[in-house]
Amino acid sequence: MILDKLQQLGAATLETIQGFGRATLMLAGALWGRPRFVKAWPLYIKQFYVVGVLSLLIIVVSGLFIGMVLALQGYTVLSKFGAEQMLGPLVALSLLRELGPVVTALLFAGRAGSALTAEIGLMKATEQLSGMEMMAVDPLRRIIAPRLWAGVVCMPLLALIFTAVGILGGHLVGVDWLGVDAGGYWSAMQANVDFEQDVLNGIIKSTVFAFVVTVIALHKGFDAVPTSEGISRATTQTVVTASLAVLGFDFVLTAVMFGG
Amino acid sequence: MTTRKLEILVGAFVALSIAALMLLALKVANAGVAGSDQSYQLLATFDNIGGLKVRSPVKVGGVVVGRVANIHLDPEQFQPVVTLEINSSYNNFPETSSLAILTSGLLGEQYIGLQPGFVDESVEILGNGDRIEDTKSAIVLEELIGQFLFNRGNQ
Amino acid sequence: MDKAVAKPLVDIQNLTFSRGERVIYDDMSMQFARGKVTAIMGPSGIGKTTLLRLIGGQLKPDAGHIWFEDQDIPTLGRRDLYQARKKMSMLFQSGALFSDMTVFDNVAFPIREHTKLPEEIIRMMVLMKLESVGLRGARDLMPAELSGGMARRAALARAIALDPQLIMYDEPFAGQDPISMGVIVRLIRSLNDALGLTSIVVSHDVNEVMSIADYVYVVAERRVIGHGTPEQLRQHESPLVQQFLQGLADGPVPFHFKAADYAQELMELKA
Repeated sequence: MILDKLQQLGAATLETIQGFGRATLMLAGALWGRPRFVKAWPLYIKQFYVVGVLSLLIIVVSGLFIGMVLALQGYTVLSKFGAEQMLGPLVALSLLRELGPVVTALLFAGRAGSALTAEIGLMKATEQLSGMEMMAVDPLRRIIAPRLWAGVVCMPLLALIFTAVGILGGHLVGVDWLGVDAGGYWSAMQANVDFEQDVLNGIIKSTVFAFVVTVIALHKGFDAVPTSEGISRATTQTVVTASLAVLGFDFVLTAVMFGG
Repeated sequence: MTTRKLEILVGAFVALSIAALMLLALKVANAGVAGSDQSYQLLATFDNIGGLKVRSPVKVGGVVVGRVANIHLDPEQFQPVVTLEINSSYNNFPETSSLAILTSGLLGEQYIGLQPGFVDESVEILGNGDRIEDTKSAIVLEELIGQFLFNRGNQ
Repeated sequence: MDKAVAKPLVDIQNLTFSRGERVIYDDMSMQFARGKVTAIMGPSGIGKTTLLRLIGGQLKPDAGHIWFEDQDIPTLGRRDLYQARKKMSMLFQSGALFSDMTVFDNVAFPIREHTKLPEEIIRMMVLMKLESVGLRGARDLMPAELSGGMARRAALARAIALDPQLIMYDEPFAGQDPISMGVIVRLIRSLNDALGLTSIVVSHDVNEVMSIADYVYVVAERRVIGHGTPEQLRQHESPLVQQFLQGLADGPVPFHFKAADYAQELMELKA
């Protein structure tokens, strides 16, 4: 009984380590050698469109609503202490340090990550990747590399947009609806937000998340069992694994950046 | 879709994110008082700095003119030495000026208030690296209460 | 016969390959002559596709040599392997057309990737290849808009885009209606002769294979159980070969999966 459990644990551990190994090999293969940016330009543009532009709508809408809710909730608490003037910093700091990078990463995993996994899994299932390899074209460089770069570049940009829209959403509720002074909203924000400490750290965070989510999504697709069931499993795993990884990395990064 | 159309859309996306970054940098974060080439440094020694922190504001009559750049303990005198970074557009404070550590509101954060002194022929203007001698320490609530009780005991 | 013709293009020697615990090939050898259509037949599930992947270098054998021209495929480094692959091509069972490109772009893909030819010449080459499979009119369609037979022909046009020396067909007849089956049979033969290709056809469609192949290997139970020209094979004495060629339900390959005695099992249920 105990030996069985122990064996299961061992098998699961080995499987996980092998997964890491395969992901690293995939990554090395995709990044190995000089990328041919000129010849592959249309490929990169297409992936920037698919990964970045198509994720824009959900990012803008979510950012707006999260900013508005933050302002609404924050106002009710702050007004008890007569500290409505601190609404600006509350909204801005929450968004810049935490919600912007994290919520963008979670939405990105659901929107773009799952799509990447499904697309690559399907290409594998229909032998398109094998076919490419037999045509002496490396799918890691032709298929994986553009998607990896698109993910890593687009997500921090999306996080910036998310945060900016969120702060405007907070302004909408706090100033236009609840009557916080507009000058106070912005000036208290400026007094408390530091460019390096808050804005840059947020960007660093979301770059790390971008890398993690994109690599997980690509690896799950590339490693998928090439059946319809395997692809649906891989897609689910992408969202679950990527979300957990983002939250885990968030804690570590927050501890390093803002704690201690 | 043609590459051109995609390029336009991606370009719009990148432009939008640059706009977002500008908003965050200029409107949200205070990128105003920063950069060593537009500021000069002053030193001041206090008995007690209370809750003063690096990047706390330096204000003259409520207007922010600079920030605390560094706080360290003088190893011989055992007194805290505070380095102030003052925006160079405010470069004509006389050496008779005084500093006090104040608190904004009852629960607010602490800041340094700069009180400009009188000016006559013998008084020089403060420059980079100069030291302000006249300082008032932070009010520590426990000491204040202790003093109050002591005074009542004497009566 | 002079020596250059006698030397096979692909020469597999003592190949052993296993997947995990399961041995797929055990000490198997076969030769594929230049300019000929050689077929590999056998029951499903014996890893015929695996053999093509071994020749293409996508899998590495446990032991043995796979000579392609003068190179031993399993020992090649990445760069040499990719160079060797430019001289071979493979037609996958599903066609493996890139679903996000038109038929034209699919056929142009290998040319664009491996050459720096100007777009007019690429256009001319692609139209020639499409003409040879009868799909010049379908160049602007997406793969999803093609029927199964047309998709396979489009994939064939892509496979011959760079004029390879070797072309491997993975189950080219599977799931085709009689008309497109006939078209593909004719295409394999005519392309082989017109372009001087060497063709390897993996299939279990006995009649079609026997009609076009110059030489046939029958593979079962991890090894070659019979080989020869189609005529020689029809006379082959092995009962396993005969069962396969004639499509008999029972024989050396039993109809029943390995099981306990039927009568005995029924008795047990009763008891």
